[in-house]
Formats: sequence, C-alpha cells, structure tokens
Amino acid sequence: MANGEAAAHDGHDHTPTGWRRWLYSTNHKDIGTMYIVLSMVSAVVGGLMSLLFRLELQDPGIQYISDFQFYNVLVTGHGFIMVFFVVMPAMIGGFGNWFVPLMIGAPDMAFPRMNNISFWLLAGALVLLLVAAFTQGGPGTGWTVYPPLSSIDYHPGAGVDLGILSLHLAGASSILGAINLITTILNMRAPGLTMHRMPLFVWSILVTACLLLLAIPVLAGALTMLLTDRNFGTTFFDVAGGGDPVLWQHLFWFFGHPEVYIIILPAFGIISQVVSTFSKKPVFGYLAMAYAMIAIGFIGFIVWAHHMYTIGFDVDTRAYFVSATLVIAVPTGIKIFSWLATMWGGSIDFRTPMLFAMGFIWLFVMGGVTGVALANAGMDIAFHDTYFVVAHFHYVMAIAAIYAMFSGFYYWIGKMSGRQYPRFLARVHFWTFFIGVNVLFMPQHFLGMAGMPRRIPDYPDAYAGWNYVSSIGAYITLTSTALYFYIVWKTLTSGEKVADNQWGEGATTLEWTVASPAPFHTFEDLPDMNVKEAAE
Amino acid sequence: MNKTVKLIFPALVLGALFGSGHAFAGGRSEPWQMWFQPAASPVMERIMDFHDILFVMEVAIVILVLVIMAIIIVKFNAKSNPVPSKTTHNTLLEVVWTTVPILILMAIAVPSLKLLYYTDRTQDAEMTLKVIGNQWYWSYVYPDHGDLEFDSLIIPDEELQKGQPRLLSVDNEVVLPVKTNIRLLYTSNDVIHNWAIPSLGLKLDNTPGRVNETWVSINQKGNYYGMCSELCGVNHGFMPIHVRAVSKADFEAWTKMAKEKFATKDTDVNRAIRVAGVKGFRED
Repeated sequence: MANGEAAAHDGHDHTPTGWRRWLYSTNHKDIGTMYIVLSMVSAVVGGLMSLLFRLELQDPGIQYISDFQFYNVLVTGHGFIMVFFVVMPAMIGGFGNWFVPLMIGAPDMAFPRMNNISFWLLAGALVLLLVAAFTQGGPGTGWTVYPPLSSIDYHPGAGVDLGILSLHLAGASSILGAINLITTILNMRAPGLTMHRMPLFVWSILVTACLLLLAIPVLAGALTMLLTDRNFGTTFFDVAGGGDPVLWQHLFWFFGHPEVYIIILPAFGIISQVVSTFSKKPVFGYLAMAYAMIAIGFIGFIVWAHHMYTIGFDVDTRAYFVSATLVIAVPTGIKIFSWLATMWGGSIDFRTPMLFAMGFIWLFVMGGVTGVALANAGMDIAFHDTYFVVAHFHYVMAIAAIYAMFSGFYYWIGKMSGRQYPRFLARVHFWTFFIGVNVLFMPQHFLGMAGMPRRIPDYPDAYAGWNYVSSIGAYITLTSTALYFYIVWKTLTSGEKVADNQWGEGATTLEWTVASPAPFHTFEDLPDMNVKEAAE
Repeated sequence: MNKTVKLIFPALVLGALFGSGHAFAGGRSEPWQMWFQPAASPVMERIMDFHDILFVMEVAIVILVLVIMAIIIVKFNAKSNPVPSKTTHNTLLEVVWTTVPILILMAIAVPSLKLLYYTDRTQDAEMTLKVIGNQWYWSYVYPDHGDLEFDSLIIPDEELQKGQPRLLSVDNEVVLPVKTNIRLLYTSNDVIHNWAIPSLGLKLDNTPGRVNETWVSINQKGNYYGMCSELCGVNHGFMPIHVRAVSKADFEAWTKMAKEKFATKDTDVNRAIRVAGVKGFRED
C-alpha cells in the first residue's frame, strides 16, 4: 500500500546526525545520554568547588580564600550544583529517561518534544547558576537562601536574582520531566505489565516524579515571593512590612525535605535492580518494597520542620515533628532488610555494580542511624548547624546517591554503549572511593559533636586535627573520581563488546532483551508481558 | 555507657580529671576531640544521657547490618552457593522487621520527648539575659540589672593575649552567675543569627522581628565558648560567644562595676567605628 510505503520512508529508522541529533533530539536514549553528560560536567564543577573549601579548611587560619563572600558562594554553589545539576539529572533525567521506557517496553517517552525542552531548560539553568556565582558578589546565602540574608539589604548584587531564575528554570525542567515520566509509566506499559509487576526502578521513578510535581511548585512560589521582595517592594519575608523570615523556611523545607527523597528514591530503585540481578534472585518482598517507597514519599511531606528545630517553635509543634520524623525509620528499615533478604540465599557475583550497591547499603545505614539521632529535637540542640549534620546528609543522601549512580553506571554502561568497562580499574575505583569518602566524612561526625559550626572558612585551632584528616579524604576521593573519568573514556574508546544480556540469569528486566548497545529505536512492536514472568 | 565512652576517648578522661577543681576545665573543644564537650548545664547533662542510650542503639543497628552483610559475603557468594534460592516472601520475617523498629522507635520517643520538654524553658527564672545578634557581633542586655547593655566583638588574631583561644575570644564577655535559673531572650537586629554554646546545651535562632526564649543554669564557674550557628553573611565565622560564669556574689559585684564601665552607652558614631573595625576584619 502507498500508505505503508510512505510510513516506511519517513518512518523512524533513520538516525539524525551531527548537532541536529542532539539539539533537536526527541529520542529518550539520546536525551538520557545528554543528561548524564551534563551531570558529569556539573560534578566536575561542584566537586572542584568542594575541593577549594576543603583545601582552605585543611589547616586553621586563612590560606587561600581571603574573600569570605567567595567562600560562602562556594558552599552555596556546591550545594545547588550537586543537588540540582548532578544527582537529579543523572538519576531522573539520565537513568530515568534511558531505562523507564526500556523497562516497561515502551518505544519512547510519552511526550518526546517536552523531553527535549526539559533537558535544554536544565542546561540553561546551569549556565545561569554559574553566571550568578560571578555576578556582583554572587549568592553567599547557603543553598537554603534564608532571608533576610538573601534579601536586597544584605545581598544587593544581582547574583541572588540570577540564582533564583536559575532555580526557576531547573524547577520548570523538573516539572516537565516529572509529567513526562508519570504519563509514560501510567499509560505506556507493555500489555500485561501491570503496576504490581513493574520493576522497582520504575516504581522509584514514579514516586519521585510525583514528589517533584508536588514539591517544586512550592519552591517556585517561594522563590517568586523572594524575587518580588528583592525587586518589587513586597515584604513577604520582611518583618518591617509585616512579613516573616520564618515563612520562607516553612516554604523552603516543605519543598526541601521531599527534595532529599527525590534524590534518594531513584537510588533505592537502582540498588533494588542491581542487588536482585547479582544475587540471581527476584527482589524479596516486592510489594512491601514498592509501598515502602510510597510511604517514604508521603511521610516526606509532613516532616519538613525537623530542619527548623532551632527557630523557636512551640514545644508541642516540635514534639509532633519528632514523632513524625522517627516514623520514617520504619519504611526505610523495611527497604534495608529486604535488600539483605534478597541477597540472603543468593548466588552473588561481586561485580563492580554490586560492590557499589553493598557500599550504598553501608553508607545509608550509617547516615540513617545518625538521622534517627538528629530527629530528636531535644538532642538536636547539640547537633544543629554543626559538621555532624554535614556528615549525616553526605552519608545518607549525597554520597549514598553517588554510590547508586556509580552502581547504575557500571550496571547499564554495557547496555548504553555496548562496551565492557575495564573490570580491574573499576574495582580500584570502588575501593579508593570507599576509603576516600569515609576518611572524608567520618571525622566530620567528631567535629560536629565537638561543636564545630558549618559554613565557616576558619575554625578554632582545636578542630585542626580532624579537619586535616577530612581534607586528606577529599584528595583521595578526588583522585578516585579522576580514575572514574579515565574509566569512562577507556570504556567508550576501547572497551570490548558485550552481549545483549551481559549479566546472565539474574538480569530479568526488559532492557536486557534488546541489543547492546540499545538500538536508536526499541520496542516498535510491543513485547507481550502476559506470558512472561513478573519482571521484578 | 558513659564509662565505656570515656575509656574509648581518653581526651575526655583527662578533661574530667582536671575539671574536678572548682573552675570548669571544659567549655571549649580539645584537639582531636571525638565526643561532646563536657556538660556544664542540666540541659546538656540530659542531652548526653539521652545520647548515651541512643548511641548504643545506633551502634547495635550498624553492627547488626554489618554482621548480616559479612555472612552474606562469606556464605552466599557464587562460589560457595552456586544455586540461588527462590524465596521471595516470609510473612513472619516481614512482620518482625516492621514491628521491632516501631517498638524501638517508641522506646526512643518517650525519653526524647521528655528531654525536649525539659529543654524548652524555665518556669521560675531568677534573672533574664537578652541576646541580640548583629552583623557581626553580639549585644547583651541585662534587664534585671538596670538595663545594663554592651556589645561583644571578636578579638582579631594579632591582638590576642596569651591564653585567649583564637576565634573564640571577645572584648566584652557575658558574665553570668552559676546555679541560677536564667531566662534567655533572643532576637536580631539584621539577619538570622544563632547564639550557641555547646557545653551549656544552648542553640536557638536570633530571628529579626521575633523574640525566642530558652533557659540555662550553669553548674560551675568557668569559661564557656560558642560560635554563631546560622549562616549570617561574610563574617559568620567571626562572631564568637564567650560566657564567664562566676559566683552569685562576684556577679553582683561585676554588675556594679559593669554599670560604670558601660555607663557611657556607645554613641552611634562610636558603634559605627567599632562595627566598621569588625567588618574590615580580614576582609582585605
């Protein structure tokens, strides 16, 4: 038929080439790759920022950074970049884009063009943020941007305004991405792939996207109020005009607490896939795992004020937030124990992705127990705003998320590039990184208990010892990260070819049924999941 | 638990030994310190007691997970266990690992909430101290002692006297009586600050437009140091807190002396010069 011929002609089997392939891309794999590249670029910037302040903090006294505003800008920029431009793009934009359609047997995302715009909005946001850092003193407000410090009186430069606009763009990008992922997951699953048979990574992305959709608009509203406070004479957060700086903290943390789950939930998903694959067992307690993520997402919205225990809350309010916060330990406990139970009785190959998954569990448990400590408002007096908090959230959220990203990278790089990573170097990367981050962050627990505040460029001499150790850890971590980039280059240039299913019997999800590297278009004929076993 | 902890961290033992005199030897951190500063107020004592219980639980949980992971690594690697089991459910196990954490959390919540309500505020304050944050120094007001008022600024490194700790010493320290229930009222003149002293278990925001309340009772005479604990701008790291606790009699004597010393309240010009001095502090 003429019709069929036309369809075949301008159908989807030709691949655009050159810059058009990337700039105009509507292909979920290409966009996923771009997100991962953006995440790597940002990681270098954000990592070098932290290296600068670790260099400064290595010894007491002022060594390198005599401009303390610049120091504060580094701390602020490190936080923003790592949260919005490293972890979120890699997890949600990168692995989410690449593997949600592959895992549910969909040919692409539901809204391919929207996918394109959400990537390029984020790229624009990154540029804006970097410009903000060097504009009229930059935002030295911390990533929490608390007014009045962030108001026009105390930060008169346009750096804060550019930072706000950057977050607006990043937020718009996230909302569009979230809409796309939710629609794709709810509507485009292969026939027979019911919700309760979806791989846990898809579940984790679904819950994350719902959190994004609910939390980001609150941030956007708060940022707009701050912008009008700064530029158009409103006084939402200005006491002199009847406003209240604490209102900002409520709005920010109503977004900010779900945000940390937005970061860690996709990590849960990746770890579940990896643990199940290398144990050669289906995930233990699949339904409990899925519903634990939903529970974590829900509780995440009703505990925000545990970031604000020292603002002078009524004591009964604090009592509520203590109780609600402690409850989070129950679903997270279920996840930890279920991963252990998945491994129990397994026949485990300790390949690099699995090593990173085990490392993730250790870091997450470490950060989890210190989290239970911080949940107690009475005791939090001793910890709030000290390096103990820094150590806690780097263990539980930051480094744990990075571990999941490395785990996902080694797990899926064969599918994405068709090539095998260098096995020995990858192991060296794991061990050096593991030693590096623990030497880096473990001493920060001690510094915090001894009373060292966060966000200071110099410290009383008593804190010199552990700060020195911590900085050594930072240098080990940096070296290990450099090794990682060498591994990426080596894999892409000279890695050996891998089979379609390089992990064997344990890898049961749909992405392992397509060729490696995954062809430009996949699942043009929908796979029939009615007959297959549940793709846990 | 207290004892084990002190055995593990000998620095603390030394601190406790030398601290047994009448003046408190703690009040600031020691090199290589891994634990809390010694407690010098009832609130901090209770915080440390609660932490001792919680720390045991934390360590137990971490060890439990590590032991399970070690068994998994030894028993369930591909060599030792070539055929994986297919077990994916065990209702009893799942009920246990849901309910046991709930019980543990309830056991934590009860003492935690008791501690919280204890730290909140004092019902029968014997005196009041107002703490006002400024970029980047503290102002103190003694409303029960004729509104005695003064500012407290950091001593720059090059002006330190022998024995004054760097980044913790100030020109006018706060003087408070020991064994007295003191109501603390916090506010700020500009951005949010946080007046915190680790050894006294104090940390609360100084928020502009609000007055926050907490309390302290200092057990022993001595010097207690803290630092601003909420990012407040360029010199956030350079507005330390120094409390000198003295006997009640010495405190009365000090207030008389201080009234004269601070009688000539800073004129606006004076204050501007001193603040400019602080702002210039290492900002070159």
